[in-house]
Amino acid sequence: MATIPLEAKTTGRVLDRRLVFLLGKGGVGRSTLAAALGLLGARSGRRTAVVEVSGRGDVPRLFGATGRVGVELELTDGVWTLDVDPRVALEEYLVDQLPLRTLAEVVGSSNAFGYVAAATPGLRELLTMGKVWELAQPQRRSPGALPYDLVIVDAPATGHGLALLAAPRTFADAAGKGPIARQGAIIAATLEDRAQTAVLAVATAEPAAVDEALELRSTLHGRLGAVLINALGPERYTSEDRAALEQALARSDLDTAARAALQAAAAEAEAAQRRRSEIGRFDAQTLELPDIGPAPVSRAGLEFLADRLSAIA
Amino acid sequence: MTVARERLTVCVGAGGVGKTTVAAALALARARQGERVAVVTIDPAPALARALGLAVLGGEPQRVEGAGELWAMRLDAKRTLDELISSLAADEGARDRALSNRIYRELSAAVAGSQEFSAVAKLYELDRSGLYDAIVLDTPPSRNALDFLDAPARLMRFFDGRAARVLMSQGGSATRVAARAGAPLLGVLGRLAGAGVLREIVAFFSAIGGMVEGLGARAAAVEALLHDPATSFVLVTSPRREAVEEAIAFAAALAQARLPLSALAVNRVHMAANGDADGSLEALLGARLAELVRESVRELGDRAAADGDSLARLRAALPGLPTVLIPELGAEMSNLAELDRLGAYLKSVGSPSVAQ
Repeated sequence: MATIPLEAKTTGRVLDRRLVFLLGKGGVGRSTLAAALGLLGARSGRRTAVVEVSGRGDVPRLFGATGRVGVELELTDGVWTLDVDPRVALEEYLVDQLPLRTLAEVVGSSNAFGYVAAATPGLRELLTMGKVWELAQPQRRSPGALPYDLVIVDAPATGHGLALLAAPRTFADAAGKGPIARQGAIIAATLEDRAQTAVLAVATAEPAAVDEALELRSTLHGRLGAVLINALGPERYTSEDRAALEQALARSDLDTAARAALQAAAAEAEAAQRRRSEIGRFDAQTLELPDIGPAPVSRAGLEFLADRLSAIA
Repeated sequence: MTVARERLTVCVGAGGVGKTTVAAALALARARQGERVAVVTIDPAPALARALGLAVLGGEPQRVEGAGELWAMRLDAKRTLDELISSLAADEGARDRALSNRIYRELSAAVAGSQEFSAVAKLYELDRSGLYDAIVLDTPPSRNALDFLDAPARLMRFFDGRAARVLMSQGGSATRVAARAGAPLLGVLGRLAGAGVLREIVAFFSAIGGMVEGLGARAAAVEALLHDPATSFVLVTSPRREAVEEAIAFAAALAQARLPLSALAVNRVHMAANGDADGSLEALLGARLAELVRESVRELGDRAAADGDSLARLRAALPGLPTVLIPELGAEMSNLAELDRLGAYLKSVGSPSVAQ
């Protein structure tokens, strides 16, 4: 069922990269898969961070924890999480770059500076990416902070996710000279290096999600490592079974309960077929992950998905 | 039974819940009742775009074939902002300088909030045109409700900000700005970001300098329109747990902004196949297939039960909010007949007789 993505085969396993981005449409279960991948990283002994950039705290919630934006939090052995706040990242950056801490604080807290920073295209994205990059550096900027072996980024809806990936390069090119341009170039080089960074798409087998993943794939020009197709429903019926269900449904002597049951089964079979044809729009670079049911995602559910993800990791 | 009666209906909610589809179905249902309706969609799925005749990106509503007076368009955020700038620029030179500025080009395309702002700006324009009895607005999949609700205010604050005024007062020489003793923060920015970026920023602000008043006035008018009694909000969600929590947060944000939420539409709700088909399935299908069918029925039942929990959570958190349930229809909305089918479930949106 699952096929190994070409890129993973040729340039090493996903977990061997320092940065792994999961990009996809809202509602496809990106955070769940990011968390499962985080567990997998920790299983292999890597100190792993699962990073959000949404301010929503979806990842800690999966572990029954409540995160605070901008604060690193250990969720379980070896798995940490951080919701990156560009403002906090900016302050950290200023403290690091400016000679006087007070000057950094004055500048950082100034509304005017904030507005200009907000107006500077891509700066927010650059600061976010700078923080993500910093997490995976052997020397952390924050005193006493330990580096992560693996940083998994649960990136927002595809458009914004792409803006994040592009920001360092855009900045490096636009700014010309200065520390930001220099750092943008360093971060961009890390992102562009396949040995250090993997970009994965997450989709469900639904038209809009598949459209977005395909678009992502063409925008990234072969840079996409794999497409994770999440939450696949059951495929219990063969085409003969479907024919038998249709035939039974055509009878006029069915009682209400039998008819309802047959309709439910036929609808499920039809949905499965539609999903199959959506998946057919991708070529071989997909990993299929089953729906883990309607209940809130449990630790067991995450571990189960981690098992499945080990096919590419 | 009526379909939302307000002149302006804004469909809000998390991404991936079918907001665009619900907006289209709502607009179609009203057009079927003989109203002249405009629907503004954002990133419709290709099949829905085809169903609405929106194969190409258009800046103006196009009449939908076979749907009465239904006019559909997809929002082009960049074009909407370009038009706004063009209409506010003092002369062609100012317009061209603003439109060709790199800061502006990025701001209009990528920066969070610009899509939200242009969505409401378009709503305002269509409303002012007086051409439509009703306008239905789909909204971008915002990170959170505030991104959307705040957009006009944020833009105003931005143009009103001290930095903006400092920048707009400069003649356009970045190095001169950066060197001014009175602008240390610009010096810092110039040092960090590089002179190229600073030059573009200054150029942008000097280009739009003369438009600030107009932009501020427009943002204020747009903000007022959101609060107009003719505007109502329909919150769209799916029964998925995270979507439900987002919907509840969205409703709270609307309430805080004192914006009227008129209905909740819960999309793609699973309905259990009720009843026990006792022995008859075996006789019809044989033992193996009958057991598979029972599995399907059981799983659907689990799903329906989980959706029921979500609905209970929504009702408890949003008491008294008229709610419509749209079952999982299993089909992609690829033609008007399917949209009509969905629209039938929305009939009661806006009606006082909706189930509580």
